[in-house]
Amino acid sequence: MSSLIAEKTEARPNPRQEESAKAKGVSLKRRRTVTLSRGFAGLLALALTWELAPRLGLVDSYFIPPLHIVLQEWWSMLVDGELWKHVRASLVRSVVGFGLAIAIAIPLGAAIAWYRPVREFFTPVLEIFRNTAALALLPVFMLVLGIGETSKIAIVLYACFFPILLSTVTGVANVDPQLLRSAQVLGLSPVSTFRKVVFPAAIPTIFTGVRISGAAAILVLIAAEMIGATAGLGFLINYAQYNFLIPKMYAAIITTSALGVAVNYGLVALERRFSRWRPE
Amino acid sequence: MSSRIELSHVGQTFWVRGDDDKRLREFVALDDLNLDVAAGEFLTVVGPSGCGKSTVLDLVAGLAKPSVGRLTADGKPITGPGLDRSVVFQQYTLLPWRTAAANIEFALEAKGGMTRKQRAERARDYLELVGLTEFANRYPHELSGGMKQRVAIARSLSYEPEVLLMDEPFGALDAQTRERLQEELIRIWRRTDTTVIFITHDIDEAVFLGQRVAVMSARPGRIKEVIDININRDPSGETDVRASREFAAYRHHIWSLLRQLHHAPDDTTTPQELAHV
Repeated sequence: MSSLIAEKTEARPNPRQEESAKAKGVSLKRRRTVTLSRGFAGLLALALTWELAPRLGLVDSYFIPPLHIVLQEWWSMLVDGELWKHVRASLVRSVVGFGLAIAIAIPLGAAIAWYRPVREFFTPVLEIFRNTAALALLPVFMLVLGIGETSKIAIVLYACFFPILLSTVTGVANVDPQLLRSAQVLGLSPVSTFRKVVFPAAIPTIFTGVRISGAAAILVLIAAEMIGATAGLGFLINYAQYNFLIPKMYAAIITTSALGVAVNYGLVALERRFSRWRPE
Repeated sequence: MSSRIELSHVGQTFWVRGDDDKRLREFVALDDLNLDVAAGEFLTVVGPSGCGKSTVLDLVAGLAKPSVGRLTADGKPITGPGLDRSVVFQQYTLLPWRTAAANIEFALEAKGGMTRKQRAERARDYLELVGLTEFANRYPHELSGGMKQRVAIARSLSYEPEVLLMDEPFGALDAQTRERLQEELIRIWRRTDTTVIFITHDIDEAVFLGQRVAVMSARPGRIKEVIDININRDPSGETDVRASREFAAYRHHIWSLLRQLHHAPDDTTTPQELAHV
């Protein structure tokens, strides 16, 4: 079996050779197929374990039913529209909260980073907020905003806000000074310098924050829905558990994971679109 | 399309904190520096590292203001950056998210007064000047160091400045690429008739490129001597100019000057590193 050392030190053309051959070293197509099928085998092993462990009596099949029962339940919930109702409730809240966070945090972060005194004034305050777990503030949000949609959107907004804000501040403040000097030589106005040099340079860093926020949005929302809601995946998980509808609970959990994976992949794809100019 | 640059009695001091005593003190980077660059001239400035070569360039570019003295371009005082003077830095300063052509267009956008189509055409012309036509749509990370620097030169020339300031532009390149680019730069300079001030720590480069070589001393930075270079630079590039006897003589003269500065008896400050010679 090839170890990490063999894999990373495998002989391949160096950049200059690639340049003179006007080509790029590639791994063979077969390699890709092997990678994919190994990944698939891993998923299959997970599914089999879930299916067989309860059947063989390794775990209590009442609390952890075999996978096929969970999938059957998932399918029937999908067909009768129950699943969609909860997914939609969760999606609306997270998309609104996440969207608001992006819309507010990026301009604010850029403004904070632009002026050194402002940046120095805000940095410690922001560090405190960022390191205050959003869920610790959930009771505060409920006290102030009630248990309606507002408080749930607000908690998602809060959880997404600080990673994006801080990554924007870092991205803008750490722009390569050489690029700024060349903009200065060209006599570019501050506004153009920001638009054409600073912001594009900060995008990759900003995206790191956006991706962290995407994961946080779902996490926080599920927790919030478990505490006070009448719809949504978090509510569904909790409700099913209280009522001993165990397969339903697992179906909701699987849906949550799928949603998380989808959000992350979506953001990665978006990031790739925005940073096609970067070396891979 | 070129202009005369004059520096008279220019001094530049910075505030620094000592490594040993942590005391704040003044550091004299340049002191009473005088230099006169004729319109259309190719002048190279050579000196040990830390002698203030780059500071001179920053002042002419308008990126910094002198503590004392007067700088003029074409008789007018230099008060800030301007499109009549462009700079090529040692580090590649291409925008990594823009292609080679779009990087040149970036400079033209800054200049203004051109349509998108005119900018694209101009970018193509200047990429052709530096021999990179087929790389127009490559991103900087897809270009070699030499290509990146050629794009940077094309960008600096694209808005037709009167003075081209170059701060060790070939310092990070390998020897062969550097020689090729030096020859190319001479060719471009002859075609565009721009005034060039070229900073380097490499004596060979200074002699090869410059019509005149200004030798700087360090601490404080001053022009020690300005040497006229009269060698037959074969425009065809067939002969090895660097192997000629005159070239060696100039090289040795400058080398001795720098060496002499280095061992000067009045030099009581910390030993300074002499650049690779």
